[in-house]
Amino acid sequence: MTGDYGALGRALLPEGVLVATALVVILCDLVWGRGRGRESRVQASVLLGLLGLVAACVILWQEGVLGEVGSGALNLDFLAVAVRVGVVVLSGFSLLTLVGGNTRSQPAEYVALLLFATVGFLQMAAAQTLLLAFLGLELASLSLYVLAGYDRTRPESAEAALKYYLQGGVSAAVLLFGFSLLYGLTGSIGFREISLVLVSNPPGALGAVAVGMVLVAFGYKVAVAPFHLWAPDVYQGAPTSSAALIASASKLAGVALFWRLLWSGLGPTSGGVNLSSSGPGGWVLVVAVMAAASLLLGNLVALAQRNLRRLLAYSAIGHAGGLALGLLAAGEVGPGPLFYYAATYGLATVGIFGCIALTERETSCATLEDLAGLWRRSPLVAACLAVFVLSLAGIPPLAGFFGKFVVFAAALRIDGLGHPAGWVALLAIVMSMVSLYYYLIVLKQAWLVVPPTPPRRMAVPLVASLALVAAAAGLVVLGVFPSILLGLF
Amino acid sequence: MSLLPWIPYVTFAGALLAYVAGSRSARAGRVVALLTALTGLGLALTAAAAFVPGRELQTLVNRAWIPELGIRYHLAVDGISLTLIVLTGVATTAAVLFSWTVSERVGEFFALFLGLIGGVYGVFLSADVFLFFVFYEIAIVPKYFLIALWGSTRREYGAMKLVLYSFAGSGLVLAGVLWTYGSGAAEGFSLGALTAAAARLSPVEGGVVFALVFFGFATLAGLFPLHTWAPTGHVAAPTGVSMLLAGVVMKLGAYGCLRVALPLFPDAFAAWQTTLGWLAVAGIVYAGLVALVQDDFKFVIGYSSVSHMGFVMLGLATGELEALGGAVLQMFSHGVIAGLLFAVVGRMVYERTHTRDLAELQALPLHRLIPGAAAIFVVAGLASMGLPGFSGFPSELTILVGAWRHHIPWALVAGLGVLVAGAFTIKVMQRAFFGQLRGPAESTQKEHAAEHAPMEPLTLPEKAGAALLIAATVIVGLKPDLLLDWIMPALQSPAFALTLTKGHP
Amino acid sequence: MNELPLLSLLVALPWFGALLLWLWPKAPVRGLAFIFCASTLVLGVIAAAGFDPTRTGYQWTERHAWIPSLRIDYHLGLDGMSLLLVLLTGVVSPVALATVLRRLESPRLAALLFLLLQGAALGVFVALDFFPWFICWEFSLVPAFFLIKGWGGAGAGRAAYTFVVTTLAGSAGLLLAFAALYAATGTMNFVDLAQLQAEGRLPGLLTAVGAGVPTLAFVGALVGLAVKAPLFPLHTWMPATYAEAPPGVALFLTAVMSKMGVYGFFRILWVLFPADLRVHADLLLLLALGGAVLGAMAALRQTDVRRMLAYSSLNHVSYCLVALFAAAAGVKGHEVAVEAALSGALVQAFNHGLSASALFVCAAALESRAGGSREFARFGGVRAVAPVLAGMSGVALFSSLGLPGLNGFVGEFLIFRGVFGLAPWAAVVGTVGLLATALFLLTFWQRVFHGPPAGAAAGPFPDLDRGEIAVLLPLCVLMIVLGVAPGLITPWINPLVTGWAATLPMP
Repeated sequence: MTGDYGALGRALLPEGVLVATALVVILCDLVWGRGRGRESRVQASVLLGLLGLVAACVILWQEGVLGEVGSGALNLDFLAVAVRVGVVVLSGFSLLTLVGGNTRSQPAEYVALLLFATVGFLQMAAAQTLLLAFLGLELASLSLYVLAGYDRTRPESAEAALKYYLQGGVSAAVLLFGFSLLYGLTGSIGFREISLVLVSNPPGALGAVAVGMVLVAFGYKVAVAPFHLWAPDVYQGAPTSSAALIASASKLAGVALFWRLLWSGLGPTSGGVNLSSSGPGGWVLVVAVMAAASLLLGNLVALAQRNLRRLLAYSAIGHAGGLALGLLAAGEVGPGPLFYYAATYGLATVGIFGCIALTERETSCATLEDLAGLWRRSPLVAACLAVFVLSLAGIPPLAGFFGKFVVFAAALRIDGLGHPAGWVALLAIVMSMVSLYYYLIVLKQAWLVVPPTPPRRMAVPLVASLALVAAAAGLVVLGVFPSILLGLF
Repeated sequence: MSLLPWIPYVTFAGALLAYVAGSRSARAGRVVALLTALTGLGLALTAAAAFVPGRELQTLVNRAWIPELGIRYHLAVDGISLTLIVLTGVATTAAVLFSWTVSERVGEFFALFLGLIGGVYGVFLSADVFLFFVFYEIAIVPKYFLIALWGSTRREYGAMKLVLYSFAGSGLVLAGVLWTYGSGAAEGFSLGALTAAAARLSPVEGGVVFALVFFGFATLAGLFPLHTWAPTGHVAAPTGVSMLLAGVVMKLGAYGCLRVALPLFPDAFAAWQTTLGWLAVAGIVYAGLVALVQDDFKFVIGYSSVSHMGFVMLGLATGELEALGGAVLQMFSHGVIAGLLFAVVGRMVYERTHTRDLAELQALPLHRLIPGAAAIFVVAGLASMGLPGFSGFPSELTILVGAWRHHIPWALVAGLGVLVAGAFTIKVMQRAFFGQLRGPAESTQKEHAAEHAPMEPLTLPEKAGAALLIAATVIVGLKPDLLLDWIMPALQSPAFALTLTKGHP
Repeated sequence: MNELPLLSLLVALPWFGALLLWLWPKAPVRGLAFIFCASTLVLGVIAAAGFDPTRTGYQWTERHAWIPSLRIDYHLGLDGMSLLLVLLTGVVSPVALATVLRRLESPRLAALLFLLLQGAALGVFVALDFFPWFICWEFSLVPAFFLIKGWGGAGAGRAAYTFVVTTLAGSAGLLLAFAALYAATGTMNFVDLAQLQAEGRLPGLLTAVGAGVPTLAFVGALVGLAVKAPLFPLHTWMPATYAEAPPGVALFLTAVMSKMGVYGFFRILWVLFPADLRVHADLLLLLALGGAVLGAMAALRQTDVRRMLAYSSLNHVSYCLVALFAAAAGVKGHEVAVEAALSGALVQAFNHGLSASALFVCAAALESRAGGSREFARFGGVRAVAPVLAGMSGVALFSSLGLPGLNGFVGEFLIFRGVFGLAPWAAVVGTVGLLATALFLLTFWQRVFHGPPAGAAAGPFPDLDRGEIAVLLPLCVLMIVLGVAPGLITPWINPLVTGWAATLPMP
């Protein structure tokens, strides 16, 4: 047992580092930051936070794949490590948006909360029992609620936090209920044990209810229709870096968690990869319907948006449909395509929020028109924005294109159109044509429109520009050489 | 030959360089763009000189790229692609020359412009369908900005319509390709692997997938009734971009039909052939008739492009060896001729008169004000009418031969299309340039001309660009063998064998 | 067969002259243009001198591979018919050029276009492969269009457009026909196709392409040629075009370009589609007769000199076609009549070229003296004030109406002799046309030249100047000489016609 604890300790070292960093950040702000300007306090906090994230990242890298630890409570398989590195990187980028963005009061606490949320994500990535899964989920969620409402100067922020919290609370309750049912049915909290029991002992109606409740939580976490309602308000109201985190790292972690839960835990209730064999009624069909609804709703409603962030929110709902599709396909081809999609999607989204953060330092950046003339204000930001947006639109050679391609290919590979995923993939292709329209509208504002008043040149901090360029370069490199990520699996 | 794989990258590099140079000095940007275009043309011609025509695709590079999906970085050429690469070189060089007067955001203009061209080169070189598709989509987005930023008449509308149509077309292709890959359990995305996979689809599935892929590509090729983006887009685009759109980008679609859709689905093609042929001839005649009644000079040319691409599609639809060769030749021919026509309309006439309204142009003695433009347009118009001696003639002739062999009514309707093309070309020529050329009173004409402000004579870039394009169409017109010797062997490759025989059940 | 590429030179020299005019802005335009224009006559005479009239088949041939992958050759050659028309072009071109350039301030462009037109017409007469033939056939439209539009009358723009578009419609037909021939045989060479036809394989090959293909190809070619000639009722472009074109161009159109159509009827339809021609011979004969008779009737009603000449042209060219279609219905046993009809048609083509040229020159002379007016009513008693003009016009008019002793008689006589043996009813109807022809020409003669000087002739009305005489005199001399000695030209075509007659099918 002691050896096991050693392994567990090594496995949880990154989490430990992050928690420690969070505490150091708060302490440092209390001691060193007293009486100093807001700007330098922000910088110090971000710097410390980044150091912590880098350290966590290095540790994750060095530890590598540890396999199951803690008696199977955590599974640090390849996906887990990849997702953990991914969320750390995405959290890092979210953190960096603070540098360019409007400085807020109490930066240290903000950074600390962000780090706590990251700890939750790390847990979600590896959790292999119901308990740890819920723990990670809630740790992340609670931090995110606060982060969403952090901007006390704006009522929208509070509204966003409240909405996010209320819906999140309900979904957490539902999930917990579902978990308890699962435990009751199978007598176990380990995913693998649950799966074994479900195979030998097919669940009845109660099992279906439990699975349904899990799906509700999944829908909420990844913003899949019809559980997407929080997304537009949160994207619009939350502080930029919070929104960035919610849109990127949180999704990646959520997708990983539910992939593990649904396939390795509830796999027997999936209805099978091939529906015809075990009849309808499995959750695959439900997820397929949710994915289709999400694709349709997200992309079509996005067409009508005039507010940049709401547009991003609906586009995110559309992409959530794609993620759900990837989740389905993962049962056949493994989580590689899903991870690739989620990671590159997160990177592009974080990048866009970074651009928004920089832009809103000087003027507001709410409506599309606020982007007008960005190419004059800062060609660099405009160029990076173009890369991020085109990646979301799925234009090669950017990573977003390959993400879609590989997920659609995997979905069609299951059984062509014999499987609902195939149809959803076709729908997704159609919807990605639709999406180009609103993405181009964004770029049109940034690159084409000449604003009525000649704009001032935007000051972009060096760190921020480096971060943007790094993210953009990442999308290009991953897009041209997708095997860097795909080859891992 | 070994340098051919670098053409897209040289062009992309040129795009970056042009951006940097162009943001400092407009002149430097132009020069960089011209040098890049000339490098591309030079590489293409060097490769062409060393080219040994053969049946198979001649692999240039073939290495693993994304092994997880069996995707390879595979570049190859045969006579068909080489023809189009040379065309791209010629059209790009001319288009840069005719974009010499772009003065706003020059660096960005040429960067996007060359980015588009790099994608086009890439498509023509790709032998892996995934790679093909990547380059194909790279060529889409720059179009939006090129048109919306530097265009004219309803440019944002035209740009958005064009790009959405292109993207929708590519979406159909993507759906079809992925469907084949998934349902047919392909090993990868090479043409061979997908052909094998396509053969495993059920006939119904094959028919649907073929339709997706073919119509997806045909959207870009301007097949009736999917052509509506073309006239508005061409008209909205700045001159150099119109030249490229009509000259090479429409060819991407036709090339995709020929390279991907036809060899992959010979059975489905045979089933769809009748529909395709009728759509093609409908496009030829319909677009020609619409061109006949336009009042905007550039719209006439825009519709003429659709009409001419109808011939390409007709050639493909016949599935006859000669006609397929003719279709490729027509791609080259139309690329050059449409470029020239757009150059005259957009650069030579519009930038001097600031109007494209034929009624207004008719009131101007343009044949005296800019005689060079009039002469060049006459040559371009004759070429466009398919007059023998120009490149359009051998291609239309061979396509008609194929139509006779396959389905006689197509030949008859297409013959009507030839007539309509002649009619609208003569009409627009007469209205635009020779509206005031009349009667024996020469002296009064001179006085009349003197009332109008003198116009800038043709500049050196204009003359050079026009000379290049005219030379291309005349050389190929008088000696189509230069290209046919490349094209015909390539069409006899095993890849097309089934396509050619399935036409005759 | 011969080292000297005479025919290439024949076609290329006018074009070379045009090139020279283009590249050499300060060139002595008129001199240069006339030298190159006259080159045709010189080379035509050389060709005639080296031409062996006893041999059938083509002489002075040049054949080189051009587009091997489409089996297209650069193939030129001359037989009696071609030679006749080349000589006609050689004689008429300087006349036309002189008329075009007369009183032009800046003759360069007009001369350039004319030389292009001349070269194209020559190319049509000597090319033996569809590809070069069609290049010249189509290309001739371009200079013609600009000459008409640029130097014509007030309605020239419209007329030029109608002319070109109508002709293009015909060209589309030709293109389709040859595409079908190529689809069936893999060649577009006139000689090779004729060989296939002679071996009796062509109809079978065409049918193999599709059931209706032989007929469709025939119709396509027929339409293409009928527009050019023109064959009634496809002549509608003609009156306006001839009336609005500058006189020199109208002259060339009727004298040479209408012969391109006639030439095509022989070279393509007669040789490649004899069976179809035979099947539709009655209908076509009826149309040709319609052209002859109605053309004459219409000419009778014209009050505009040039429109009258246009209809007169329709009327005269229609006789050639009457002969051709009558001969097409002939069978073995009709050799003599067929030979007469066909020789008549060719001779008529030549003679009409001469007399129509002369008439248009005279019309131009009248017009230029009446301030551009072409109405009969503006003239009267011209004979009294301008006897030379009247005399020369008289020769041309009487040649045109077929007075024995002048050249026009020979062709018409042969035609009627032949047609009478083949289709007597047609000869009878044709005679009505002859009467009408005589009537309108004489009416014209009387109204314009006789009576007391009136209209323009009442004012200062100078007689022909030296330039005009120099142009008209050779034509008049030729008309008289050929009227007296038609044997000067008939030997060239006799073997050809005999050869054609020998291929008549059994009844």
